[in-house]
Formats: sequence, C-alpha cells, structure tokens
Amino acid sequence: MTSLLDRAALDRRKLLMDRSRSGRIGTTLPPLDVPESQLPDSSMLRDELDLPEVSEGEIVRYFSQISQFNFSIDHNFYPLGSCTMKYNPKLNDEIASIPGFAQIHPLQPVATVQGAVKLVWELQEVLNEITGMAGCSLAPMAGADGELAGLLMARAYHLDRGDDKRKNVLIPDSAHGTNPASAAMAGFNVVTLPSDSAGNTDLDALRDSVSDELAGLMITLPSTLGLFDSNILDVTQIVRDAGGIVYGDGANLNAIVGRVKFGDLGFDVIHSNLHKTFTQPHGGGGPGAGPVIAGPRLVDYLPTPVAGRKEDNGEETFSLDAPANTIGRMGAFHGNFGALVRAWSYIFTLGKEGIPQISEDAVINANYILSELKGYYDLPYDRTCMHEVVFAATNLRREHGVRAMDVAKRLIDYGIHPPTMYFPLVVEEALMIEPTETESKETLDYFIEVMKQIAAEAADDPDLLHEAPHNTPNTRLDEARAARRPDLRWRPKA
Amino acid sequence: MATNEFQSPYVPNTDPDRRAMLDAIGVDSIEELFADIPDGYLNYDLDMPSARNELDLTRYARELAAMNRTPGEYACFLGAGSYRHHIPAVVRQITSRSEYMTAYTPYQPEVSQGTLQTAFEFQSLICQLTGMDVANLGMYDGSTSLAEAALMASRITRRHRAAVVDSVSPLYREVLDTYVQAPGIEIDTVPASVESIPEDTACVIVQQPNFYGYIEDVDRLAKLAHDAGALLIVSVDPVSLGMFRPPSDYGADIVVGEGQALGVPTTFGGPYVGLFACKQDYIRQMPGRIVGKTVDTRGEEAYVLTLQTREQHIRRERATSNICTAVALIALMSTVYLASFGRRGLRHVAELCYHKSHYAADRIEAIPGYSVPLDGTFFQEFVVECPGDPSEINEKLLDHGIIGGADISSQVPNGMLVCVTEMNTRDEIDNLVAALTEIGGAA
Repeated sequence: MTSLLDRAALDRRKLLMDRSRSGRIGTTLPPLDVPESQLPDSSMLRDELDLPEVSEGEIVRYFSQISQFNFSIDHNFYPLGSCTMKYNPKLNDEIASIPGFAQIHPLQPVATVQGAVKLVWELQEVLNEITGMAGCSLAPMAGADGELAGLLMARAYHLDRGDDKRKNVLIPDSAHGTNPASAAMAGFNVVTLPSDSAGNTDLDALRDSVSDELAGLMITLPSTLGLFDSNILDVTQIVRDAGGIVYGDGANLNAIVGRVKFGDLGFDVIHSNLHKTFTQPHGGGGPGAGPVIAGPRLVDYLPTPVAGRKEDNGEETFSLDAPANTIGRMGAFHGNFGALVRAWSYIFTLGKEGIPQISEDAVINANYILSELKGYYDLPYDRTCMHEVVFAATNLRREHGVRAMDVAKRLIDYGIHPPTMYFPLVVEEALMIEPTETESKETLDYFIEVMKQIAAEAADDPDLLHEAPHNTPNTRLDEARAARRPDLRWRPKA
Repeated sequence: MATNEFQSPYVPNTDPDRRAMLDAIGVDSIEELFADIPDGYLNYDLDMPSARNELDLTRYARELAAMNRTPGEYACFLGAGSYRHHIPAVVRQITSRSEYMTAYTPYQPEVSQGTLQTAFEFQSLICQLTGMDVANLGMYDGSTSLAEAALMASRITRRHRAAVVDSVSPLYREVLDTYVQAPGIEIDTVPASVESIPEDTACVIVQQPNFYGYIEDVDRLAKLAHDAGALLIVSVDPVSLGMFRPPSDYGADIVVGEGQALGVPTTFGGPYVGLFACKQDYIRQMPGRIVGKTVDTRGEEAYVLTLQTREQHIRRERATSNICTAVALIALMSTVYLASFGRRGLRHVAELCYHKSHYAADRIEAIPGYSVPLDGTFFQEFVVECPGDPSEINEKLLDHGIIGGADISSQVPNGMLVCVTEMNTRDEIDNLVAALTEIGGAA
C-alpha cells in the first residue's frame, strides 16, 4: 500500500495528460463577434485533438511544485566552467517586458520601430567597441549559431577571392564541441591542434599545420583550460600569414572584457554569448544570443540584418540593412531581440566604469579558489588562471577510487551546482570551476571549505561520494537505459 | 585597488575583499593576474557612456520603447510567420519563475528534474498536436527547424537535392539558402502542382497553411515524394492544427514549425521556438536536445537528456547539428499555453481566427479597387490585391491607428498579406475596412 507521503511524491511526477479530466479548462475563451463562415470540408479537419484538460490552479500548482526540483542561479552557486553562470539582474527582465519592446512585430515598417532598431544599433556599437572589431550582426540566436555565421563568412571570403582550396579549419584539442560541429556544418575539414605542456597553442604544431589549404583557426580566448594563451600574437600572425582567417570563440569573454580587445590581437571574427558574459538568463537551456562581430576583412559578409544609423539635419533615423556581401539570414527575423534588450540593459547599467571590473573580479575570484584548493586536488596547469581554473580529481581516483563525477554529485548535497566535469577532454578527471564576479568572498569561502571536506570524505567514506547526491528528488539516473530504450513522450496507459 | 571607484550592484567584492584575496593568492596587484596578456595590449579605455542608475536607464528604455508604434495600442494585421494570440497570464507567471528562468541546461539531472519534466511535457504535447512519433526540445525558430530538417533528410537519404514548394515563406527560404550553401544541397523551387521531381531528391518541403495563408493539397505531394524515395517535410502553424488535419495524417516524415504562436510574445522577432518532430525511425538523425524517461538507482522514474551521442559535445564534427544552447524557456511557454487551452481551447482559438479572417476577407473584397484574388481554403491569413502600393497604404493606415498587413508586393503585385486572429475585434476589422475604403488607391 502506498503511503500518503509517497502518493504526494508520485502525484508531483504525474504528467499533464494523466491529470486531464474531461470538461476542465485553464483559461477563458473570447466569444465570436462576427458572423460564422462556412467551415472547410470535413476531410480537411481533424477529428480530435487530444490535449490535456486542466484548470488554471492545477496548472500553477503543478509547474510550481516541479520547479522546486531545479537548482537555479537565484537559489544556488554554479561554479560551472566555461558557462559563466553569473547573477541575472532583474532590471533587465523589467525592461525587456516593456510592451513597446515585447509586443512589437518583426515585420512592422522600420519607421514604426525606430526605438527598437536604435537599441539594436547601440548594442552593436558597444559590442564593436568592447571587442575592438569593425562591425556586428546580432542575428545569430546562440553561440553555436554565431560560430556557424562566422565560418560561413570565412568561407565566402575565401571563395570570393577565388581561393577555393581552403578547406581546413584548425581547432585546438581543448575546444568546445560546437567548434568542430560548426566547422563541419560550414563545409570545412577539422584539423585538431595540440596544446603545449603549459596549455598554450603548440606553435611548432601550428606552423606544421598551415598551408594554402588553411581556411582558418578557431580558438577560444582565454582557452577552456582557463588560460590566456601567452603565444596569442604569434598564433594570429602565423594564421594570417598563411592566408587564414582567425576566429575567436568569445565563450570566455568574461575573463578579459574591458581589458583587452580581440581586434587588437589580430582576430578577424568572433562571437559573444550574451547569455554568458552579458547576463541573458540561461532559461534551462536557452534562449541565448550569439552576435557575430567582424574585423575589416569580414565585415561586409555579416549575416542580415545589421542596424544602420543616418543623421540628416540633426535628425537620426535607423535602418535594418543587408551587408554588401552578406552570407544571408540566420533566422526568419532579426535575432533574439528579447535577449538583446537584456544585454543592452546590463551593459549600459555598468558603463565604461563597470565593464572592466567584470573581468577584474572574475579573475581574482578564480585565482583565489585556485590558491586555496591547490594541494587538495591535482592542478594540471599550475599557473595564474583567468576566470576559471581546471582541477583534476586524479589524486582522489588514484588514492580512494573517487572520480570527478562523485565530487561533483557530492557538491549537490551542499547546495552547490556541480562544476563542469570531464571537459576539456585533454584533462583527465577534469573539474572546471568558474566562480564569476557576482559571487561574494563568503560564498567562495564556503565552496572552498566544502571542496576540502569532500576531499576528506573521499578518504574516510568513499561510498558517501559514490552514492551522492543524497538529498535530491532523484538519486543518480540510469542514462544508458534512457538511450537504449528511448521513452520520449507521454503515451496512454495500456 | 579596483580600476575605478564604481561599485557595481552586481558585484559583492569591495577593495578589502580584493586585498584579502590577492594576499591569499600571493600577488601584490590585480595587474599581476593579467600578466599573460602581451605588453601594450591592455586597454581599459572604453569609448562608451558612463554607468547609469536604474531609474535613469529605465527612463531612457521607456523613451526608446515609446518611439515604437506598438500593437495593442494600434490594431495590427501582421502575421507572415509571427502571430499575435492571446497569452494567458499563467504563461508569463510560470516562465518568470527563477527556478526555470535562471537554471542551467539540465546536464545534471538530479538538480534539473523541473526543467526535464517540463521538457518531456513539451515533447509529448507537440507529438499530440502534430500526430508525429517523437519531437525534440526545440530549435532556434521555425526557419532554422526547416533548414535543419532539410539537412537531416539529406543525411537519411544520402541525397543532395531538395524540392521546395514556391509557397514556402520567402524568409524561411532565405534561411534554408544560408544553411545549404556549404553542404552543397541543390534547391529546386517547384509549384505546389508539381507533377514530378528528380529521382535524387532528398525531400519535398511544403508549408501548411502556405505563406499566403492557404491550405495546400499535401496528400498528393506526399505520394510524389514517397514514390521518389524522398522524405516529406511539412512546416506547420501549430494553431491551425487546432482544427486542421495533423501532418501525420498526410504522411509527413518530418514536421517543423514556428512555435511562437503558442504563448510567445512577438518580441520583434525572437526569441521563438522552432518545432521539430519526426517519425520514430529517424530519431537518431534528429538535431537538438531530447529528453527521455528512465529510472534512478532506487528504481524511481525520472527524466534525463538522452540520445546525446547525436550531439556536438559528444560527437564533435560528426554531430547531427552544432546546436547547443537552444530555447528551453520558450518551449516552456508553449507547454503552459497548450496546457491552458487544452483540448477544447485550441480548437476554439483556431475557429475564431478562421471565422474572423473570413469575415475580414469578405468585407475587404467588397471595397472598390480591392480584391482577394486567390481561390481555396485559408486559415487566418489571405492575400489582398490593393489598388496601389501596399506600403503607402500602410503608411496611411497608421493615421487610423492601424498597422496593416505585410507588404508582399515582391511576391504578388500590390499584394498585402492580411492576418486576422482572435486578437482583432470586430470593431478593428470594421475600422480597417472603413480606412481602406477611405484611402482607396493611396498615392
């Protein structure tokens, strides 16, 4: 017999279709205020539409109850490397919900949306300034979409010059998986580039890899090892001398924003993840925005549209334009405007004083964690880090049979989201920790103490870690079963 | 210590905190932490405005917003891929919850069951709506869903041609052109009445209702595609499925569509959610995230991201797509929307759109100089042939408090695509008719 408490727990997991009761509805319906027209022939219509029937209060309680199963940045610390889970300012949401932004239609004549296009233009200009580039399109809808845009721009650039042999894109072995995936979608061959023992690009390997078939290099700066490649000027020079395009993955822009500009370092095109550096909330997996920002060689190839500004007798007008050699559209309309408004609000709240402080505090916080946890976890690259530090649980695995996964899952019991694990792939048992600038020293101290305690627990009671987490609605899941026997949707009970 | 005196409300560190941490690190200054940046390349001097306070920035944002003419204040008859529908209050209330809005992608299922369970709900409801076997967790928008479907069909059939019916949205067609330029998939533009397609065609792509608002005879296209060994890709308007046949009925292999109509504000074009559903056989070629049901170590049911070996973080350059961050929160909006309207509500919304748009079409056709030239069945949009340049007519309509239909004169001479949904009252429609009558041919 199921106890009442068990029943309450099971009820929370009941799907909408199983909650459905004939006759209920979750909203009111407006009446028809025009004469009825003849409906189309019944052969064109559907017989039934099997959707749930639930009342409004049931909907609210259900979604509110299961929301409690989530960690979120408003409730928890997320030291999640390369993901930049920083605090999301509330002002941004308020501004994005102003009807004059949230309710406008993408196909309104541009004269009727001058305020929106002005905002887009202001964001373009400030991103150009922050990154030291020549032009920007806010059309890409996520980081990977910006990568695809940038690589298609590189492809078009080479083809326009009759340079049709350039098929290879160099990508460091520490790169995020979207880099090779985007390169493949843009029609390139991926050539993996090793890093040297200090975590910088291996310059000899780079020199050996360039040829007249080189389309370009995609490099994350700072790298996913949390390191600023101290060879970066040589790297960009070698690629440019070989006729290649230098692509910068701006996923880790938070480490250097307001301090060093991609354009100054020889980059031709980059993308910026507005849902990382510029506080668009992550939403449990989007929406984000991934503006693509280009230097002089590629600026005419940017995706459509790019906002323009004209001044005539002191009166400014804004337009949405197609660049001269545009690669085309990345989406039906103008990008994820809702995310753009939030980034705009964040950037102009901080202004020229606040922007450089982002990277300053992000880097202090990461190095503080590095210095305090050194000795407790292996540190594969023992040098000053940028906004994130990569530890390895190899010592715990060797001595106690405890893996990075176990450490990460045990953190959950202490109310902390796991760090990025097993990435970058070049580090065994990687634990990649990015505190961001929005966490206090008190939070960092708590995290540091917890990490030390977990290292001690690994020695004393390794099973405590193997079986973690202990205080969540579910223990560890059988992921292999999910993939082997895909059960991907509600079905009526047999 | 800090670069300047400004204290960001989003950063708790003060100079004493920084000093204490620098001491622990064992460096004297912040600059030492940036020593890897090459000499001469540190550059703090941003040419941008100074920090603004909340009150001041809000005022400026409201000024910018006030420069826009906002639907709601104006009657609006625009559609063409972005639709105004009533959004129940619960949709925004639930999706504004921190637990959903500020959560990370659910790679750690033990702390993400809220996101994962709602994602499973989304997949389930999209399957119920389209009649398809499986759905993913959404692409960026309807247009990228369509482009990714073409790439997927090409992988499945190992063919490199796509037949696109000429009544597919021109904007979607542009996005498709962007996506196929590198893989070299050749596009054949065909009329809906096409009799035959080349035998190396990977897919036939049709929009239902089409860009002009009309129902296509997809059964015939399905047979044509399948006889040639090609897949049928159908781009749907999900609200139309409240009353019209689901695409599974006419043999669609992949169904895509813009989910924005299901509870998402028009927001000047995004963020939206691209719907993506297909037949069971093709799930391992699908792009995007998929959530599946499994059990935990205690045998209790739970949800997890699955079939991840398709995805970029595992498969890298051999992934089915590069997509990573998608639009989970927007998918949640659509989920709550579908739950609110449910079985009867969505049909009611669809029928309101149908009746109101037909009322509007009948009345506009009666205006001297205006006509509704296309035959056939339409859902909520129809083409009006105007007696003059539609953009000039639209400019005059603004003086009547009306944002007119989309100017499609590059597709149809003097064509205006008028969209009428449940948001348009009878008064608004009557006012549009009166204004068009008064304006006549404009110019």
